[in-house]
Amino acid sequence: MVLEQDRLIETIDMPINMGPQHPSTHGVFRMVLLISGEKVVDVVPHIGYMHRGGEKLMEAMDYRQGIGYADRTEYLAQFSAELCYVSAVERLMEIQVPERAEYIRVILTELNRLTSHFMFMGAFGIDAGLFGTSFTYAFPQREYIQELFEEVSGDRLMYAYFRVGGLAWDVTDNFVERCHEVLKHSQEGIRDIDDLMTTNEIFMARCQGIGAFTAEQAIAYGLSGPMLRASGVPFDLRKDEPYSIYDRFSFEVPVGNYGDVYDRYLVRLEEMRQSVSIVEQALEQMPKDGPVVAEKLPRRLRTPPAEVYAKVEAPRGEWGVYLVSKGGDKPYRLKMRSPSFCNLSGLREMTVGQFLADAVVILGSMDIVLCDVDR
Amino acid sequence: MTMLLAAPAIDIDQPFLNAILALIAITLVMTVAVMYATWYERKIVARMQYRLGPTRTGPFGLLQPIADTFKLLTKEDLRPATADFVAFEVAVFAIFVPAFLAFVAVPFTANWFVSALPLSLIYLLAVSGLSFIGFLMAGWGSDSKYALLGGMRAAAQLISYEIPLILAVIGVVMVTGSADVYTIILWQDKVPLIVWQPLGFLIFLIASVAEVERPPFDIPTGESEVAGGVFIEYSGIRWSMFQLTSYVNMYVFALLGAFIFLGGWEWPFGTDWGWGWQLVLTTAKMALFVVFYLWIRASMPRMRVDQLMSYAWKVLIPFALVQIFLNGLVIVYDLPDIALLVTSGIATAVFCWLAYAVVRRGGRRRELQMVPVRGSGRPAAVLAQATEGSTA
Repeated sequence: MVLEQDRLIETIDMPINMGPQHPSTHGVFRMVLLISGEKVVDVVPHIGYMHRGGEKLMEAMDYRQGIGYADRTEYLAQFSAELCYVSAVERLMEIQVPERAEYIRVILTELNRLTSHFMFMGAFGIDAGLFGTSFTYAFPQREYIQELFEEVSGDRLMYAYFRVGGLAWDVTDNFVERCHEVLKHSQEGIRDIDDLMTTNEIFMARCQGIGAFTAEQAIAYGLSGPMLRASGVPFDLRKDEPYSIYDRFSFEVPVGNYGDVYDRYLVRLEEMRQSVSIVEQALEQMPKDGPVVAEKLPRRLRTPPAEVYAKVEAPRGEWGVYLVSKGGDKPYRLKMRSPSFCNLSGLREMTVGQFLADAVVILGSMDIVLCDVDR
Repeated sequence: MTMLLAAPAIDIDQPFLNAILALIAITLVMTVAVMYATWYERKIVARMQYRLGPTRTGPFGLLQPIADTFKLLTKEDLRPATADFVAFEVAVFAIFVPAFLAFVAVPFTANWFVSALPLSLIYLLAVSGLSFIGFLMAGWGSDSKYALLGGMRAAAQLISYEIPLILAVIGVVMVTGSADVYTIILWQDKVPLIVWQPLGFLIFLIASVAEVERPPFDIPTGESEVAGGVFIEYSGIRWSMFQLTSYVNMYVFALLGAFIFLGGWEWPFGTDWGWGWQLVLTTAKMALFVVFYLWIRASMPRMRVDQLMSYAWKVLIPFALVQIFLNGLVIVYDLPDIALLVTSGIATAVFCWLAYAVVRRGGRRRELQMVPVRGSGRPAAVLAQATEGSTA
């Protein structure tokens, strides 16, 4: 009897807790993986470690103060978040933004896309197991853009530079030359990363065919941005529902053929090249001088009772702000549609059945910002 | 210093005492050598990454390893409350001791060695293959899931890569007709073995990276997946002993490669130039291997565990057998030496082409149907080629 009991070895799947202190969960994300050997059987994501009630805070502030909270929600693509928020308010108040301010907004937003994607390239290389080389290739070049932002806005992270009706103040005199300089460094960085990773055999073997989503799945899960385009859906708000002055530039929307992690990397790499080209075009077309703030703005911004949904193509996807006003100087309700949160919803579908190491790469390919997920 | 004690020139008339002294000396010298290997690694990898590496501690940051050592020694030695005491404590030594034992059979120059074993090559491989037990013990004893995963990965990896490594070395033994490192070095007085055994060398090189668990084969410790793996629960002195061991292992395989494929201290000057030159040659050839290990660390992502296994069993082992088969043909039919180079060279070309072609084919990818949605997207890969000129 005893012998028989001894022979009975029960095997169970092992739950393993990844995060919130794991090195590759990109912040305070936690997923509980159920693994059978090295294969992932189930994933339960846990979010909310970074929840600060940003939406509620913005409802308690007037329209100018809310801009700072847009920054804090999406701290890797601050200008996109600011742009979305201020354009929502502008649409409510029917303010016409001056030409020059629009150009500066586009330039800064596209440069911000570059910094965000540089961040992705660096972090993704580490997720795939590179010993920081992608990081150190991407970051010096990102730093040049960061310095430009600092010169323009006076801050390194929380710019709060876009204001309702235009910009906080005009850019520095040498802005155009500085932009060209920065773009040169960015192109260098893009080339370095391309050389380092794109055709590396191990990198290809790690990324190809992993976490593939078909176009139907991507749409069903509400993915947006590079994640959606990598799955073969050619949808980009800048092209398809042009906001600001994006209809004046010619650029391509890169699309993936396979919908896997490697395609997401390729799409982002190509988007960086397109952003460089957009900035170059904008610098050429930009009026040399002129006002940067709409005239006759009231000291206290008051909106008519109405509601509006403004959306922009942020580096991670569709960033939307739904604003309900009942009159007065504060939003009655403000809801942010953050791309990271929606993109994260595909995690389980992509990860189950893959290897433990793939879970890290798939999460990395989503390029989530936890503050954006939790708000 | 090490070798002086062991050298026949200073002949203490007590073999036992002699051996003890030599082992102590080796341990001390290798510890210092490893400390500076970390400095060198940090400097050279930093240069590859647009960084400077340590600069603040002494000239060129030369005192950094000493500062690090003091830091590690003064750190709290933690043991998880639920750890298996014996396995956890003994694991360190189960990894540490075999790594240093390997130096017993290493002939640093023609006269400087601890012990001249007639089967020193087999001894070296056997001793360096022992460490997986320590990894299993550390993985099991830590009572951590990450450590367990790391330990299992380490055991699987070390055992799998031992086979192609030994098969590659068997090719060398067939050509030279000896399993003694000393004799193999003497055999290469005219031409180093890398010329006759390019395929064997390549397999040895790849398998040795996996054996010392350095990137891209650092799967047991990969920090982005298992966050340190078997070392996750170790701290302070124990952790530093693991690190020490991994560098010592790197030295052992670098020395072995330098001896059996690059001609050790024999090629190209012969033994007439004295021990000084021999030591320089040994060190320089070993350094070539070490730089290679550091270089790929800075430029290669980590492989996945199934890819690692299939690479060992489906690629390296068959090709190692091909090398042995080719050597056998040349020996049995008594062909001239050049036949070794030609056949092995062709096999190497096939090996490299396969590695390139199989990955580029992208077998696991399935092409999507484009969905007709508004907008005008174009495939990223096509665009990359189209815009290459504009951004360059």
